[in-house]
Amino acid sequence: MSDNIAATDSLADSTAEGTTDTTPSTGRWGEYTDLTRNGLWDNNPALVQLLGLCPLLAVTGTVTNALGLGIATMLVLIGSNVTVSLVRNFVPSEIRIPVFVMVIATFVTLIELFMHAFTYGLFMALGIFIPLIVTNCAIIGRAEAYASKNPWQLSAYDGFIMGLGFTLVLVLLGAMREIIGQGTLFDGAQLLLGEWATSLRIELFAVDYPMLLAILPPGAFLGMGFIIAAKNWIDQRREQQRKQAPAQKAQRARVTSQ
Amino acid sequence: MSFYIASSPHAHQRRTTSDLMRIVALAMIPGIIAQWYFFGWGVMLQIILAVATAYAAEALCLQARERSSIQGLRDNTALVTALLLAVSIPPLAPWWVIVIGVAFSIVVVKHLYGGVGQNLFNPAMAGYVVLLISFPVQMTSWLPPVDLTGNNISLFESIHLMLFQYTSQGYSVEQMRMVDTGALFDAVVMATPLDHIRSDLSQGLTLSESLQAPIFGGIAGLGWQWVNLAYLAGGLILLQQKVIQWHIPVSILVALAVFAGLGSAIAPDTLPGLDIHLLSGATMIGAFFIATDPVSAATSNRGRLIYGVLIALLIYVIRSFGGYPDAVAFAVLLANLCVPIIDKYTKPVTYGHGKGRSKTAGGGH
Repeated sequence: MSDNIAATDSLADSTAEGTTDTTPSTGRWGEYTDLTRNGLWDNNPALVQLLGLCPLLAVTGTVTNALGLGIATMLVLIGSNVTVSLVRNFVPSEIRIPVFVMVIATFVTLIELFMHAFTYGLFMALGIFIPLIVTNCAIIGRAEAYASKNPWQLSAYDGFIMGLGFTLVLVLLGAMREIIGQGTLFDGAQLLLGEWATSLRIELFAVDYPMLLAILPPGAFLGMGFIIAAKNWIDQRREQQRKQAPAQKAQRARVTSQ
Repeated sequence: MSFYIASSPHAHQRRTTSDLMRIVALAMIPGIIAQWYFFGWGVMLQIILAVATAYAAEALCLQARERSSIQGLRDNTALVTALLLAVSIPPLAPWWVIVIGVAFSIVVVKHLYGGVGQNLFNPAMAGYVVLLISFPVQMTSWLPPVDLTGNNISLFESIHLMLFQYTSQGYSVEQMRMVDTGALFDAVVMATPLDHIRSDLSQGLTLSESLQAPIFGGIAGLGWQWVNLAYLAGGLILLQQKVIQWHIPVSILVALAVFAGLGSAIAPDTLPGLDIHLLSGATMIGAFFIATDPVSAATSNRGRLIYGVLIALLIYVIRSFGGYPDAVAFAVLLANLCVPIIDKYTKPVTYGHGKGRSKTAGGGH
């Protein structure tokens, strides 16, 4: 099973340095641990694979929008991964991409209708970016790279954790832009969660003039750049610490021998 | 005794970045004095704040990048960036505007791209565009020249206005921008000449009607024409000192004159003429001080000419048909983006390596 993962993830791994030298865990839950680490950090769809940047950059003006689109994407990802995994043995490989796209489009339509019915305000706020989830490369990427080669339970978990990784980055970027831009958090949360959520709105500081740059698209690019830089910095530091660790042990041995 | 061994050209004056940037800063003095004369103490205050912010940001960045702070601070590039940004923003803009702008210029545009000599974009102009996009109200609140408003804002009131946006008597910046026209309204808020033409044209007035406004006392707008002429003088000093080459300023000014001439020949009532384009807005400081930034400009002589014409074309198009009254910052940034491709196609051929000859000769030189 671990061989299987290494093979299927090789597509994305070529961009991710972190995954190449981490040995896959073994055992019954090892697979799930690997998936978790990949989805949230080592192979995060937004930070490492850099997939689905269009919605990522377009709708992260506020935490609410980011959370709404993130959850919608996650649900589509889980649904499409499970379905693709279930039909994987019946689909001829020549036409697998059109089939995957049809599956994804079905789930996006479902989500869109649900949002239209239950979170109308958010539906209006996200606009074209809900139907555009179909074109989010992260979804078809997971269908192709993972779900089409693995059983449905694992695929469902992969969809969930990849969606979660994507959502976390969306929310982080949304929070950064909302705080810098207008000094609030969870502005308009009632669009997503219902009327009670109006009280969730936190005003961190009052601004007379919003910093429009953060709210406009350039702010998304800048913020994304900073998040990716921060991730690479953390990875680099970990790498250095790992390299230094054996050297420290040797030093200690010498000290005790004296 | 030690000999300095260097490649050709041998007969040259060795100037450090620090020397060059100091001359650039000194050459800005005439323009700064003109701005101070027409727009009051605000200019000086913005400069002080900008320079302080620039050096603080530069020192922090160098510290974080584990570089020598003294060496970095001495090269005067931060000083020039701060000066260029400070004279580009309205003199009475709130203090945090210039602080945010300069900090962005130094930290993001300069140091995140690798520091001195590595930045893709002109730091001052990128900072300016960030400010213009983020705070459109503050960034367009230019004062009319002093001889038009008649109220000479004292140094103390300028500080008060920059800190709180109100004078100690409680007048707002908006009120300080009022000009008594004696016409239908008691007073109107005065904008820059380019702003004024733009809003008049959008209201269906013709250019000649728009030029009747009191702000067009001279050739291209009271105050502004002298500021531009002062920067032209400073630019000529730079040319005389051989700090900059003639290619970029001349190509910008000539091309802008040609475009403006053509435009006003075709549509004299809607497109401002040569005088307005050359002597209003940021044309002169743009041509001599901003576009000639040695890091972000094109490097070959032919490339510089193309770069200048491109900037002039962008300035003309954006001023005439775009969304903003002045366009030097956008034009320079867009041209900065084109520099790698301009450099690639204008790379001078090494002597003896004619076109195609190097291929057939196969490196036999």
